[in-house]
Amino acid sequence: MREVLKILEQDARTSPAQIAAMTGLAEDEVRRLIAEWERSGVIRRYKTVVDWERFGEEKVYAYIDVSVAPERGAGFDDVASRIYRYPEVRSVMLVSGGHDLRVVVEGAGIKEVANFVAEKLAPLDRVTATNTHFLLKRYKDDGDIFVESDSDHRLMVAP
Amino acid sequence: MKPLNQVVSATPPSGIRRLFDIASQMQDVISLGVGEPDFVTPWRIREAAIYALERGYTTYTSNAGLLELREAVCSLQRALYGVEYDPQQETLITVGVSEGLDLALRAIVNPGDEVILLEPCYVSYQPNILFAGGTPVPVASRAEEGFRLRPEAVEAAVTPRTKAIMLCYPNNPTGATQSRVDLQAVVDIAVKHDLYLISDEIYDRLTYVGRHTCVASLEGARERTVLLNGFSKAYAMTGWRIAYACAPRPIAALMTKIHQYTMLCAPHIAQRAALEATLNGENDVREMVADYDRRRRFFVRGLNAIGLDCVEPTGAFYAFPSVRRTGLTSEQFAERLLQEERVAVVPGNAFGASGEGCVRCSYATSMAQLEEALARMRRFMERNRVFAEQEAKATTG
Ligand SMILES: Cc1ncc(COP(=O)(O)O)c(C=O)c1O
Repeated sequence: MREVLKILEQDARTSPAQIAAMTGLAEDEVRRLIAEWERSGVIRRYKTVVDWERFGEEKVYAYIDVSVAPERGAGFDDVASRIYRYPEVRSVMLVSGGHDLRVVVEGAGIKEVANFVAEKLAPLDRVTATNTHFLLKRYKDDGDIFVESDSDHRLMVAP
Repeated sequence: MKPLNQVVSATPPSGIRRLFDIASQMQDVISLGVGEPDFVTPWRIREAAIYALERGYTTYTSNAGLLELREAVCSLQRALYGVEYDPQQETLITVGVSEGLDLALRAIVNPGDEVILLEPCYVSYQPNILFAGGTPVPVASRAEEGFRLRPEAVEAAVTPRTKAIMLCYPNNPTGATQSRVDLQAVVDIAVKHDLYLISDEIYDRLTYVGRHTCVASLEGARERTVLLNGFSKAYAMTGWRIAYACAPRPIAALMTKIHQYTMLCAPHIAQRAALEATLNGENDVREMVADYDRRRRFFVRGLNAIGLDCVEPTGAFYAFPSVRRTGLTSEQFAERLLQEERVAVVPGNAFGASGEGCVRCSYATSMAQLEEALARMRRFMERNRVFAEQEAKATTG
């Protein structure tokens, strides 16, 4: 069963028939499992990994370390939720170490991202500091390698 | 000039070679003819080798190989199969299982000794036996029986000159594995007739159904068995040329003697890489095996659906379907499939006479390529399925 998820995680377009062939499960069973996971939220959604740069579209990404002032009775959830509701925010994570939240923001240009930080993020209540890192080159992201991959060096026929 | 060595001259060239020559002249070929993983060696292993180079591990090692590596492979064999070998006296790091096979045969065989081999089998066995001065005695296994080992046929092939039996499960080219019971029966035959066993277990980790049985772990086997294993398949390390042999002391001593004078030692950098593989490669192996297994199920189902009848291969990364519905020989099939649809497979008779009627397809190729290969083979079968209708009539009438 876990196999089905592993296959979909690699390629969301693998059809139930193919998955059935690959796992030995019945096709109906695969459909039923997927439907159940879609309902229960184990499968959150299907998406495509796009290399926008190769498409010719420049996007700017910033990784922002956000420090949040601690306050009795309030965790980080309220601050986090005020941040993640912005559509330009790609991810928000609570992390250990010198800062509290690690926020990833996407924008059409440096200025747009800088404005977001200055006008939306920094002024938030309890946000005491931000530290912005602009992305320079993406080598690997979420398991996908974005630079040229190795080709197959094998001979055509081998014993 | 004087004639060259007559044994080598008389040995036919590998049946795989000719097809390779044709295929490499062509464009847009999907090759199912490759007997090696489509993964590159996992990064942690490559990285360990780079580090070893930087550190200057560019010297010879002891003849038997780095002791740390011998200890590590002995621990691995113990953990996996409960077999105990002494890293000092019973273990040798070789240049591929290829070298291990040669050493085992040369250590065991005297001129005129017969060696039983279970066909279809890896292409090197026959020539290696001949080069060692022995006489190969093939025992066939059959597609109809799922390439099951037939202990009674093995025993029937034993003569007073028989010296050893060669085994290889999971098998290249059939992908077959064997039950513990059948393997034990072969060991019992070896005990009864005082024969050596050479067990090539290079595909052990690529076992998809049930658990691998290590021949040396069977009752009565250890004292007469040479256990060969290596890194090529499980760790995707074919180009590194690194493997190992475990055998009881008297055999290991002879193998080491030959190795000492002919090879000196296995490549040092490859030994360092193999050490990393043995110590930290387990997750990589599991991921690769899980991946092969998905493709195996997908591909085998696809073959059966287009009339290339195929018993379920339970190990290695090969399917060995029958081409009988086309009425073609394996060589005709392979050649026409290549010319007409640009899919390369290996004719089964390259692996011994009993492989005739089947072709070897490796599924160590991307899912996309496997799908495309199946689509091309389906077209081929639609044009060439001569026996389908007759059979349909026979079963309905
Ligand atoms: C059954 C079998 N034994 C041995 C070998 C050779 O292995 P190595 O790369 O360790 O020499 C192969 C390679 O295809 C094989 O299939």
